[in-house]
Amino acid sequence: MLNQYETVFIATPVLSENQMKEAVHKFKKVITDNDGEIVHEENWGLKKLAYPIQKKSTGFYYLIEFKGQGDLIEKLEVQYRRDERIIRFLTFKMEKFAVEYAEKKRRQKESGKLKEE
Amino acid sequence: MAQNESEIRYLTPPTVEVKKKKYCRFKKNRIRYIDYKDPEFLKKFLNDQGKILPRRLTGTSLKYQRKVATAVKRARHLALLPYVTDLLK
Repeated sequence: MLNQYETVFIATPVLSENQMKEAVHKFKKVITDNDGEIVHEENWGLKKLAYPIQKKSTGFYYLIEFKGQGDLIEKLEVQYRRDERIIRFLTFKMEKFAVEYAEKKRRQKESGKLKEE
Repeated sequence: MAQNESEIRYLTPPTVEVKKKKYCRFKKNRIRYIDYKDPEFLKKFLNDQGKILPRRLTGTSLKYQRKVATAVKRARHLALLPYVTDLLK
């Protein structure tokens, strides 16, 4: 049964832009390799952390929403733990209302963009 | 026994705190899912030290209080909200 998951990870601010892209690409590949399907992704960019993690006070936030099997999460988290650029990550299973909420958010964002154009 | 109670004269009449009927804001405006990613909304449920406010102050129902608690803990894990701070607001 395909569940919908949402994962957010924080990368160290030290690394440059293309390193960050490469890290993101790596995790997306992990998801798509294990027949997961990416629904939506957001790059929040550099944000100030509420408390220092590993002596750093800012970090690159990246969010990925995807559908996949249960065992895919285990593999994804092993990759997170092994990669030392990632200082923190959180994956969670989206229940019904979370999925609705995410779609509503996306619709608002699109309608927001349409207005701006 | 009752007489001397009435003899007690208060300097100022004891103000009975008018009890504002608390309501659960989630039930009232049909919020279904509490997103852990927007700290501004979650800050309404934290005191200025960053601790989660109890239900008796916020008046939220048990089901939504648990959702708020998990959302706040997730936000703290992702450093969107501090674990402890002063003058959060």
